[in-house]
Amino acid sequence: MSVIKKFWDDVTSLWSLIVGLKVTGKNFVDKNVTLHYPRETVTSGQLEGFRGPLELIGKPKAPAKPKCIACMMCVTACPSKCITVVKAKAPKPTEAELQAMKEAEERGEKVKKPKAPKEPVKFFYDFSLCSLCGSCVENCPAKALRYSSNVYLTVTDRKELKMDLLARLGAQAEASIAEKEAQKAAESPKNIEAETTEKQAGTES
Amino acid sequence: MAQIPVELVKLLIALVAIAAFVGLNGLVLVYLERKVAGFVQRRPGPYEVGPQGLLQPLADAVKLIGKQLFTPSGSDKLLFWMAPILSFMPVLLLFLPIPFGPVATGMEMDLGLLLILAFAGLNVLAICLAGWGSNNKWGILGAARAVAQSVAYEIPLLLSVLAIAFMTGSLNLTTVVEGQGGWPWQWNVFLQPLAFIIYFISALGETNRAPFDLPEAESELTAGFHTEYSGMGFGMFFLAEYANMIVVCSVAAALFLGGWQGPFFDGAWWFLAKVYTLLLVMIWLRWTYPRVRFDQLLNINWKWLMPLALLNLFITAFVMKL
Repeated sequence: MSVIKKFWDDVTSLWSLIVGLKVTGKNFVDKNVTLHYPRETVTSGQLEGFRGPLELIGKPKAPAKPKCIACMMCVTACPSKCITVVKAKAPKPTEAELQAMKEAEERGEKVKKPKAPKEPVKFFYDFSLCSLCGSCVENCPAKALRYSSNVYLTVTDRKELKMDLLARLGAQAEASIAEKEAQKAAESPKNIEAETTEKQAGTES
Repeated sequence: MAQIPVELVKLLIALVAIAAFVGLNGLVLVYLERKVAGFVQRRPGPYEVGPQGLLQPLADAVKLIGKQLFTPSGSDKLLFWMAPILSFMPVLLLFLPIPFGPVATGMEMDLGLLLILAFAGLNVLAICLAGWGSNNKWGILGAARAVAQSVAYEIPLLLSVLAIAFMTGSLNLTTVVEGQGGWPWQWNVFLQPLAFIIYFISALGETNRAPFDLPEAESELTAGFHTEYSGMGFGMFFLAEYANMIVVCSVAAALFLGGWQGPFFDGAWWFLAKVYTLLLVMIWLRWTYPRVRFDQLLNINWKWLMPLALLNLFITAFVMKL
């Protein structure tokens, strides 16, 4: 019985061969997913799942400030030790505040010492060591890290791969503000005409 | 001036035409193979050399010819260089009895099918010599592997072809083609579907095509019999493989798919269309299936193809006798 069953199993599993042909056949007629690089460049829609060098995510209301809470989870999780975070220190109390604290202590009250803000002052990232494993992104409790979509990263010196992510975030925020302003300017009625002619020229070429 | 026999002139023209056809087909198939591979993997394939990469196979050929011919030390020089020639030369002969069109047959002969099967076997000898002459243990192990495969797959191939010969009562390919009609349901493939499937699988094994490409897996299995061949030495094996592919597909088209007969009008175009469709299927299979293990390869042959081919032959003989 088992021999017949095995025989029948082998025969029915031939169907999987057809399934395989279907898969490659479908791919054969599908559109290319690659680009002819120097002639075409990657658009943001084609970058889904792409892992570029890390970057910080800004706060929604203050895009120049990172969501990072300097908890060091990314630093601990990183197997390549490529992230360096320096926590912000508590601000030094002024003379008057020190005096007030002293007085309060003498009165037997609970003293409120200034706390360190939960943010990094330095966030360095060495892309030359990073293996893009994503442990930092997964472990970040504040969801402050993501992969950038920097496809065309080229450098001539390894040192250039040591990135200051805070500076990068600041630059990005500035750029986005400038872009928004440009958009606003373009949307104003004066410029609509100019823009449409520009578009027409683009489609004609 | 002595009279030159017409047959001889015709043979000479046929051989020259076949050599040109084989050379051209090598280029076309290399291009086709790479384009299909590209499209299956959703990339464009060769693209830069010439429009749509059309000149890529030519560039490959020039590179292959330009390479140094290297003979390994301690090897048998004569055998070593005889092997690629022996692998390529008989292939031209295989094209002679193939009926490309109603009149476009190199040499009409009653034992055409037998000639093809007999001379196709020479390839095994060439592989054997190549492995032995290389003075290289991977070479000889690869040759042993290739010979075991070729010998094994020859048997079901013969048996499935024999079933057709039983049916038509002839080994002449032209007669077999004429025995079928133009429309698909008049083709032998509908009377002998099992024979066709067995023939096609065995043909894949015979021509060392994926998923049975164990003799030539250069990156994974140290290539085997052609490890030591450089430049055109390897190129000859390569060309012979592509020529062999056309031969097996041509025989399949003639035996099973009605040859040059087609709906509405007959002609060599139908034949070439059928051959190229089969070649395309072969390439498609290559980029779909993973390579089989060697024991699997032999098991498929001895446990499945052989008994099925024998069964098919017996049934055919029984029905024909009735």
